[in-house]
Amino acid sequence: MHFIDPHIHMVSRTTNDYEAMAAAGVKAIIEPAFWQGQPRTHIGTFQDYFSMLVGFERFRAAQFGIRHYCTIGLNSKEANNQALAEQVMDLMPLYLTKEGVVAVGEIGYDDMTPTEEHFFRLQLEMAKEVDLPILIHTPHRNKKVGTYRSMDVIEEHGIPPHRVIIDHNNEETCKEVLDRGYWCAFTIYPNTKMGNERMVEIMKQYGSTRVIVDSSADWGVSDALAVPKTANLMARNGIAQSDIELACYKNALAAYAQSGQFNEADWLDPAPIDQRTLFEGNSVLRGGQTPRVEEPKDEGIIR
Amino acid sequence: MSVPDVNPAAIADVLTRWLSTRIATDQSRWLRDRIQAVSDGDKKALFLAFGLVSRKLGKADLALSVEELTQAESARIGWNPAAWTIDQAARTLLLLSFPAPDAATWVATLDQLFAAGEMHELIALYQSLPLFPHQSSHALRCAEGMRTNITAVFQAIAHHNPFPSEQLNDDQWNQLVLKCLFVGVALDPVVGLDARANAPLAKMLTDFAHERWAAGRAVSPELWRCVGPYADDAMVSDLEKVLKTGSEIERQAASLALKNCRHSRSATLINESGLHLSGLHWSLIAAQSYN
Repeated sequence: MHFIDPHIHMVSRTTNDYEAMAAAGVKAIIEPAFWQGQPRTHIGTFQDYFSMLVGFERFRAAQFGIRHYCTIGLNSKEANNQALAEQVMDLMPLYLTKEGVVAVGEIGYDDMTPTEEHFFRLQLEMAKEVDLPILIHTPHRNKKVGTYRSMDVIEEHGIPPHRVIIDHNNEETCKEVLDRGYWCAFTIYPNTKMGNERMVEIMKQYGSTRVIVDSSADWGVSDALAVPKTANLMARNGIAQSDIELACYKNALAAYAQSGQFNEADWLDPAPIDQRTLFEGNSVLRGGQTPRVEEPKDEGIIR
Repeated sequence: MSVPDVNPAAIADVLTRWLSTRIATDQSRWLRDRIQAVSDGDKKALFLAFGLVSRKLGKADLALSVEELTQAESARIGWNPAAWTIDQAARTLLLLSFPAPDAATWVATLDQLFAAGEMHELIALYQSLPLFPHQSSHALRCAEGMRTNITAVFQAIAHHNPFPSEQLNDDQWNQLVLKCLFVGVALDPVVGLDARANAPLAKMLTDFAHERWAAGRAVSPELWRCVGPYADDAMVSDLEKVLKTGSEIERQAASLALKNCRHSRSATLINESGLHLSGLHWSLIAAQSYN
C-alpha cells in the first residue's frame, strides 16, 4: 500500500528514516515550516530554513524515491518575537508561490497571546491572497480552547473549512473539528500527542471522512514510520482497507491537492525533467551504497 | 580563455520564438503581460512571475529541433539547451527582460533570486549564467553554485554550460572537474574540458585516483582524460598500471590518455598494450562509464 505522511520535519531526520519510509511504502511527504527546537533570532536563519525546505531537503527526499513538498509559514511560538515576526511576514511572499509549496502553515496558537493572534490573522489573509490551503497547529496546552478559537478566527476571515487542515487533534477536539467541516488530522507521536491504538478507536467511532493520519516526526522522540505503522495496526484491528486508504493517503491528497501543487502523478508518473533531475543525479547514495529495503520489524505500537 | 560577447536581446528573441510555438494562447498572454511588467523594472513582478512560471506554463521538455539548436548556437556560442524545459526557458526570458543598465544593480536582484531559489529555479538560474548580461560579474556566483550538494544544480553549472570554462580561474576550474568525479557526474558534457586541462589539475586528479585505490574504490575511466596532456613520470606509471591491471574500459581510457601525452614512454606503452585506438574517443568512454 502507498502512504502519504502529510506532516513530518525531515530536516531533523536521518537517511535511515528515509530508507525505512521508502521501504514501508511512503510515496510523498509534506514538511511544514515550524520552529526547530531553538528559537531563531535573525531573519536570515528563517530565509535559509525556507530555502532548505524548497531546496536541499526536496532533493534529499527524492534520492530515496520520496516526493517532498512543504508548507511555508511563521509558527505561533516564534510569532511572539514581534520584531522578527514582522520581517518574516515580508519574507513569506517570496516563497508562497514556489513549486511544491502546498499550504500556508503551520500556523495558529501556542500560548494564545495577542501577538500570536495578530500574526495568525495576517497569515490567514496571505493564504487567501495566494489561494493556498492552511495547516493549523493546535496548541499543546489548553488545547480544546485553542482549537475552537482557531476555528472561530478562521471563520471570521471568511475561509471555508474545506480549505483548512486542523492538526494535532485528540479525542476531546475531533468531534467539533469534524462537525464544523474541517480536515481533521491526528499526529501519531509518542507520549505527548496521539498513540496509534487510540487512533484505531477514533476511526471506529468517527469513521474516515476527512480524517488524516500523520507523524509530525521531528527532533524530539518521534517515529518517522508512524503512518505505515498505524495503517498496519488499523488493518489488524479490522478497519476496512478503504478507510485506511482514506486516512493514510487519499484524504491528505485531496486536502492538499487544492493547492494545485500536490498531484499523484508527481510520484506515480513524474515529468521527464523530474525523473532526470530528482530521481537520478544521486549524491546521498553515492559511494557504492544501495538503499536498504526492509520492513519495519518492531511490533508497530506507538504509545 | 576567450570570452564571447553576449547579446541578451538575441537570446530573448529565440526563447520567445521557441515558447510561442509550445504554449497555449492564454499562457502566452500571461507571459507577455509579465514580461512587460518586468521590462519596466518591476522587481516584485519578476520575483512572483519567476516562481509562478512552472504552475502557469508547465514543465514539459522544450524538445528543440536540430534547426532550433542551431539558432541557439548562433545566438550564443556554446549554448546547448537540448535538455531545457518550457518553464526553464520562460524563467530565463523573464530574467533577460529585467533592465540591466549596470552590473551591480542587476547582480543584486539576481542574488535575491538565488538566495530564495527553489531547486528547479536554481537549475534555471545556473544554466542561464552564459546568457546573462555583464558576464564577468557572475564568476563568483558560479563558483558558489559549484559548492551545492544538489547534484542536479551542480550539473546545471558543469554540463553543457560554456560559462565555467570562459570565466573560472584555474583553481575554480580544477575544483569543478574534481567535483564532477567526486560526486559521480560525467566529465564528457563539461564544455572546454580539454582546452582547460593544466598541470596542477593532472596532479589533483592522480592524487584522487591514489586515494580511491587506497580505499579499494573504483576510479572513473574519465579521470585520465585531463591527466594525459600533463602526465609526468609518476602519472605515466599510473597509466601503465591501469593498462596492465584495469578493466577493458579502464585500459582503453589509459591508452587514450597516453595518446594525448608527450611523454617518451607513451608510444611504447600503447604498442605493448595491444589495444586498437582507431574509432575510440572520450565520449564513447563516458557513455560506457555511466548508465
